[in-house]
Amino acid sequence: MSDSKKSVIFHLGFLGLLFLLQFLLPAYHHGNLARIMVLATYAMGYNILFGYTGLLSLGHAMFFAAGMYGMGLTMTHLGWTAGPAMVAGFLAGVLVSAGIGFLALRTSGVSFMIVTLMFAQAGFLTILYFGEWTRGDEGFVIQQADRVFAGIDLSDPTNRYLAALLLFGLCLMLTIRLMQSRFGHVLIAIRENEERTQMLGYHVHHHKWLAVIASGTMAAVAGAAYALLFGYAGATFASVQYSIFPLLWVLLGGAGTALGPFIGTLFMFYLIDLSSSLTTAYMLIAGVALVLLTLFLPQGLVGEWRRRVMPWLT
Amino acid sequence: MADMITPHIATKGLSRNFGGLIAVNAVDFEVPKGEIRAIIGPNGAGKSTFVGMLCGRIAPSSGEIMFAGQNITAMPAHRRIRLGMAYTFQITSIFARLTLKENVRLATSWRWNGDETAIQHATLAALEQVGLADRMNQIAGDLSYGHQRLLEIAMGISQHPQLLILDEPTQGLADSEIASFVKLIRDLGGDMTILLIEHNMNVVMDTADKITVLNLGSELATGTPQDIRANKAVQAAYLGETHA
Ligand SMILES: Nc1ncnc2c1ncn2[C@@H]1O[C@H](COP(=O)(O)OP(=O)(O)OP(=O)(O)O)[C@@H](O)[C@H]1O
Ligand SMILES: [Mg+2]
Repeated sequence: MSDSKKSVIFHLGFLGLLFLLQFLLPAYHHGNLARIMVLATYAMGYNILFGYTGLLSLGHAMFFAAGMYGMGLTMTHLGWTAGPAMVAGFLAGVLVSAGIGFLALRTSGVSFMIVTLMFAQAGFLTILYFGEWTRGDEGFVIQQADRVFAGIDLSDPTNRYLAALLLFGLCLMLTIRLMQSRFGHVLIAIRENEERTQMLGYHVHHHKWLAVIASGTMAAVAGAAYALLFGYAGATFASVQYSIFPLLWVLLGGAGTALGPFIGTLFMFYLIDLSSSLTTAYMLIAGVALVLLTLFLPQGLVGEWRRRVMPWLT
Repeated sequence: MADMITPHIATKGLSRNFGGLIAVNAVDFEVPKGEIRAIIGPNGAGKSTFVGMLCGRIAPSSGEIMFAGQNITAMPAHRRIRLGMAYTFQITSIFARLTLKENVRLATSWRWNGDETAIQHATLAALEQVGLADRMNQIAGDLSYGHQRLLEIAMGISQHPQLLILDEPTQGLADSEIASFVKLIRDLGGDMTILLIEHNMNVVMDTADKITVLNLGSELATGTPQDIRANKAVQAAYLGETHA
């Protein structure tokens, strides 16, 4: 069996496991896992750019928020139903990432980090500025009556879990397909040696731009789904903090691995959950754990796992 | 007939400055199709800068570059490669964390319109040509320096280029490997135009149809190996320089 087939089967098996888990988990963890799957989808989007293409963005919250507000604003102010509103979130992601990518890719390295950070900050301030519609920091609730798709009530925990799993599963398999394609191989080549890639006949800049769009759009879809499934949109999700989170999740789980974003998100979620139940200085505990992990597992949890056990993982 | 007259690759007044330093100075250069041309010259003569401009890695300060009858002076590097150039770096540049197979595959995969069989065939054939086929599943970074050089050459020839530019390909190769390299270049010549920057004079004499000598950024002489060997100006430029 080819490596890529093995990898696909492994990940499908993992999705099957997540499907079964819903019947076993107590309500609290069941709810957490739904949230983690959506946030992990955000991280998977981030991973396309950071983990596979080697571009470090500090502004992905703007893509997450583009989807969230593209969905939430059309629903709240234009009265769109869940389906069209999700499409609006998706399109907002495509547009914002295409535009920001076009501008930010004029820089590279540290400048790219700073430029994406600045753009995201500008996005955050824009959301605050138009507080009349966005309700700024306070945010707005998406009414339970609106959180219905094809007659399915998405505020119901079981439906919500399945919707989150569907989103996560689709994006996971899409990522794997993408990274097993020739396009994906070129992204990895750019990460490994940009100049060589160019001198082999590839339009590096164009590939990077497409990577920003794929990455930003996946982040946006996650943002839209987050608002729809959990019924809230707020400016916090556009703040710097939410640009840093996916970086941490991906680093922890393993940059450039398909499952790393999920494992990293899961790990960090429960790390903070557990440590905050023990002490108010929970960020300190989380920080120390992060430092230890990066020191001893520099390739992240799934990255180490791949290195030692399953070299064929995507 | 036109093809007999139009050189395959040519430059007119090609120059490049780095700040105040003139690395390449108004070079006029012409190589007909299928010729193996060696470019030699002392360290810092401007050889790498010159070929870097041909393949689009370095932008010229002034002058023109013609390839297969087309002015490519402003064309981005990746498009020149797709027009039929291949280039190997003086300082080995490969994908160190990928396997040999993946390295060569990246080089050649765009050439075959997604035909998987053709890609695999071209990949394997190129690795066989440099004698690395039995290592194709190894990680490129684990190879010896000499084998990494050969891998880079395999990446170049897997593209079936019309023009192959090799910047000091034999640096770090063992004697036996140099011998098979010379044979490989001779086999490729005739179909391919080859520009070969080379310090090893035995390799130059064994492969080159003609030699261009650069010194201090300028073309000092161009001629057959016999001409160049007899050329007084060339001897003077190399005086005191022991070229290994
Ligand atoms: N990027 C650069 N910036 C500044 N100076 C440069 C740069 N690249 C080359 N040079 C200078 O230009 C001159 C020509 O360099 P080049 O690398 O083309 O020489 P070369 O003939 O290839 O030498 P070698 O045989 O050592 O490879 C040298 O003096 C070098 O220091
Ligand atoms: Mg050189």
